Amino acid sequence: MTLPNIEQICQQLAHDLADYLQQQNIHNPLLVGIRTGGVWVAERLQSQLQLSDDATGVLDISFYRDDFTQHGLHPQVKGSELPESIEDRHIILVDDVIMSGRTIRAAMHELFDFGRPASITLVCLLDIGRRELPIQPDVCGTRLDLADGQLVKLGGPNPLTLTIA
Amino acid sequence: MTTHPSQVQLTEDGRLKHFLTTEGLSKALLTEILDTADSFISTQERGVKKVPLLRGKTVVNLFFENSTRTRSTFELAAKRLSADILNLDIAKSATAKGETLMDTLWNLEAMYSDMFVVRHADSGAAHFIAEQVTPNVAIINAGDGRHAHPTQAMLDMLTIRRHQHSIEGKVVAIVGDILHSRVARSQIHALRTLGAAEVRVIGPGTLLPRDIEALGAKPFYNMKDGLRDCDVVIMLRLQKERMNNALLPSESEFFKLYGLTTEKLAFAKPNAIVMHPGPINRGVEIESAVADGPQSVILHQVSYGIAVRMAVMSMAMSGQQTQATEEQA
Repeated sequence: MTLPNIEQICQQLAHDLADYLQQQNIHNPLLVGIRTGGVWVAERLQSQLQLSDDATGVLDISFYRDDFTQHGLHPQVKGSELPESIEDRHIILVDDVIMSGRTIRAAMHELFDFGRPASITLVCLLDIGRRELPIQPDVCGTRLDLADGQLVKLGGPNPLTLTIA
Repeated sequence: MTTHPSQVQLTEDGRLKHFLTTEGLSKALLTEILDTADSFISTQERGVKKVPLLRGKTVVNLFFENSTRTRSTFELAAKRLSADILNLDIAKSATAKGETLMDTLWNLEAMYSDMFVVRHADSGAAHFIAEQVTPNVAIINAGDGRHAHPTQAMLDMLTIRRHQHSIEGKVVAIVGDILHSRVARSQIHALRTLGAAEVRVIGPGTLLPRDIEALGAKPFYNMKDGLRDCDVVIMLRLQKERMNNALLPSESEFFKLYGLTTEKLAFAKPNAIVMHPGPINRGVEIESAVADGPQSVILHQVSYGIAVRMAVMSMAMSGQQTQATEEQA
């Protein structure tokens, strides 16, 4: 299959997100990328939406995964970096690929341990379906229909690349 | 046949499943413990200090020897990982009624315990339990006889890394009763593996083990020579019970020769840090002005102790879980 052009999707994603925030009347959002791919996508969105550096954060969900008992701890936990308070902030949660929805569940669990945000908007670059939880992105770059057993991987940060394995 | 503890504590693919000793562990694995602990420091600075990693797991603190600090930091570490923890004061319970150690452990295992944190006066106790008694329960050594106290050593490594930027290239002096110290032994192994430039031990000849050079540490018998150009000074607690068997003349004599005072600390580098595993005997091995002074990082060590224990507990549990999953497959 032909893979979509990532830079074009990022631009479209930034554009759609700006529209969405305007519709929802969200100002001064906090852009939070999920390690590792989500952080790269969040960086693109930050520069295209011209948000300041203090309007971003990083989430490492290793301590919140639900497959710890099967797969154990990820050997490279880097920790989360969020501002002092996320209380009453409008959070834009960014990930590269959404599949089962379990990463997003873990990410929301972790966010609530930092405080009570005003809202969470979910932004994903690619949606490859196969959902196992009732979680859907509010803004999505594109949908990819992969064959059974295929997975997509984002490489980066510069340039962003897509590979299918 | 017994296997060396450094083998017993690893899964087939080299991950931690027990934590018995720092001896024989790779630099990569020790660094992984420190990196994971660093992440747990940040989770503890939040309003909600708990993470759900060990939710539903049962940890038993098995302390056959008294301890307040180590036991309470293990308890907090388990709670901040969302595990349930049971504190057993073994000396006062079943074993006092004549139950053997093995029976006690098998009973605890039958209660679906997932991890034992063990402190025992006999060297090799944690290793024995991990290998011979309850191999499917993760064992964390919280101090065994004169042998090892690996979580204390790792929290010291984390302290050095955070306050002196790195362990590589640093000159570290350990001062006091090295002979009876499981902490010193574990520190020396970890410091050598993590690339310290020089590890020195300073104390009276009666309190330095004869084989210390074989471990990779250089003995010194006076503070002036031993502390020269040090980046890190680790004071050990003088165990007062040792006074009785003529290894030391008196507390005041010890303080005069080896007690850390502002004057003696001046022999080390100006930015040297002062550490102590606690509890400190003020006026015996360390002067209050130094213990409470700007170069002291003693209370940071306590905070890092929780993070390091969270790291090894989650890593060992993870190793046990993945091994169990593979065996089922």
